[in-house]
Amino acid sequence: METEGFGLEITELRLGLPSGGGGERNEKTRMFLDIVGDGSDRNNEMAVGWPPVCSYRKRTITKLYVKVSMDGAPFLRKIDINSFRGYSDFVMALENLFGLGDTSEYTPIYEDKDGDWMLVGDVPWR
Amino acid sequence: MSKNSTSIAGSGPGSGTGDYFTPYPDEVLENVLENVLVFLKTRRDRNAVSLVCKSWYRAEAYTRSDLFIGNCYAVSPQRVLNRFKRIRSVSLKGKPRFADFSLVPADWGAHFTPWASAMASGYRALEKIYLKRMSVTDDDLAMIAHSFANLKELVLVCCDGFGTGGLSVIVSQCRNLRVLELNEDEVSDDEIDWISCFPSEGTSNLESLCFDCVECAINFDALERLVARSPLLKKLRLNRYVSIGQLYRLTLRAPQLTHLGTGSFGQFEGDNQELDSRASFAACKSVVCLSGFREIAPEYLPMIYPVCANLTSLNLSYANINAEQLKPVIRQCHKLQVFWALDSIGDEGLEAVADTCKDLRELRIFPLNPSENAEGLVSEVGLLAISIGCRKLESILYFCQRMTNAAVVAMSENCPNIIVFRLCIIGRYRPDRITGQPMDEGFGAIVKNCKKLTRLAISGLLTDQAFSYIGQYGKLVRTLSVAFNGDSDTGLKYILEGCVSLQKLEIRDSPFGDMGLQSGLHHFYNMRFVWLSSCRVTRQGCLDIATRLPKLVVEVFRRDEEEGGERDDFVETLYMYRSLDGPRADAPQFVKIL
Repeated sequence: METEGFGLEITELRLGLPSGGGGERNEKTRMFLDIVGDGSDRNNEMAVGWPPVCSYRKRTITKLYVKVSMDGAPFLRKIDINSFRGYSDFVMALENLFGLGDTSEYTPIYEDKDGDWMLVGDVPWR
Repeated sequence: MSKNSTSIAGSGPGSGTGDYFTPYPDEVLENVLENVLVFLKTRRDRNAVSLVCKSWYRAEAYTRSDLFIGNCYAVSPQRVLNRFKRIRSVSLKGKPRFADFSLVPADWGAHFTPWASAMASGYRALEKIYLKRMSVTDDDLAMIAHSFANLKELVLVCCDGFGTGGLSVIVSQCRNLRVLELNEDEVSDDEIDWISCFPSEGTSNLESLCFDCVECAINFDALERLVARSPLLKKLRLNRYVSIGQLYRLTLRAPQLTHLGTGSFGQFEGDNQELDSRASFAACKSVVCLSGFREIAPEYLPMIYPVCANLTSLNLSYANINAEQLKPVIRQCHKLQVFWALDSIGDEGLEAVADTCKDLRELRIFPLNPSENAEGLVSEVGLLAISIGCRKLESILYFCQRMTNAAVVAMSENCPNIIVFRLCIIGRYRPDRITGQPMDEGFGAIVKNCKKLTRLAISGLLTDQAFSYIGQYGKLVRTLSVAFNGDSDTGLKYILEGCVSLQKLEIRDSPFGDMGLQSGLHHFYNMRFVWLSSCRVTRQGCLDIATRLPKLVVEVFRRDEEEGGERDDFVETLYMYRSLDGPRADAPQFVKIL
């Protein structure tokens, strides 16, 4: 995971974080998220709100595990993204998982289905 | 005979000739009426009474104590306060049900604030508040706490907008609170120890405390002390932050409980509550309703054996257990009337239920994996078994991947008392698994044979024929849910022309358009709401309806909050309902009211 990270620096999308400001250097550590789970879901066009299981129940029952790796960390971790209600909850949990203090040092990014590295947070949480 | 045999000082309009003369006959009649009306509780009776004449209308308004408003936008708070002066209990419902499935944008509305303010001045003696699908803020909760000194019951179902901060104000200020029930709400964690905010001195009058949906840790010691000083506590539903060891301690403190939500029903890491292997719920001799099991450790299930024989309601719908784990439990539940579970129990688990639970009235089976590509864990086999074993069934909600007409027909014949039939074949447009036919005949049999049916949800591959059956036989159907079904406008026409009792119609992703919608013009004023999303209604079609029916509020919007409400040529979401007070003033930008 670490070597992959360095190799992709050129193609990586970098946006300045609101708190961090622009002009951040490469020292910023990145977290990589890789969605693990039923791959077939990503191919089908899932209808919103189908099946009609209420969102409260869906959050509680469904486990959608995401593999998270961090530059410099020896082990990968898994986290259930369905148990969070929004990006702030999620990012806080990531911080706790890796024992991080200050958020602005780290940028969570993920690889989408086209193989591009995307910054976490643009797409609405649902 | 003396004309003035019953005269009193002062004269009034003598209204009658005759032997008996009373100066204020209207008032006497009203007094009598009021004394009689006090005994009338149901909304239907009271509505009937209020229509007789003005005098009866006034008397009814004066004596009504329970207010029910099925759609918070159907009437303004002020109008309500003007008519009813002595309300003790309010029930308010807000967002349409499809909001549960993320089909309604977050800022759509259903704010409780205007109601809270109005009632704060008009109904100071209010004792009970029940809200469903409303947006309730912490400020609203504070207003409730400060305005209603007599508040005894607060029940919030599927609400959002508030947090543990608001809860802390309620529990500390409402000294007469007996019932606090939070059911499937979205509660934000304000990092406030709200359990500790209950008054800590003396005996508490608490009868019901349900916080299973509150997703944050609670102060267990404070909870234990609270439970210990609440001798009247009958209902206790814990959240998943309570371990099984802690649960056990609570059951020893509250042996009088009748309804218990077990919290996690699992061990926590570093939990120093060592559980005695002989520990069980034997102390809870009165428990009849069991739920929770949020993070179940199935090896602890034997703990509940002592209460199984008395259980009338068991909710395992958050517990991923299989048939082998279920059987030893369910075999003892002879009195069970309500059973909720995940499809992880499989057809085999359902067969076990059918074997033992002869008194079953309500069954709900939810999908462990709510995806169209998931493996089907329950099927027509389980449905058939239930229909054969549980003849008294009245209400069913069943999620599955595939189904057959034969099983549904069998259920319609074996269980004639069915009032609610909701079958969700998760795979869209799926026909009968064995014959390949549409599911028309199955649903047709349900509406035909279940003569008491009032609520129906359909699924699978369905043609207009299914709708023809529903329109023809579904004369008592009040609520109908349709999704990814039908061939043409004719389907909608059958429904709107045939289902004379229809109150709530919710349709999504079906090929119904303006023509079909027009067939309901004669009926829309009698309905609570109509919802059509991702169908084929045009803006012009909706405008036509709005013009022809001025008292109908016709809302059009898009889920992604883009303005205008249309996607390509059609309206994305149409939500319409009658209102006595015109369009609402709080509609956000993206909601267009025609």
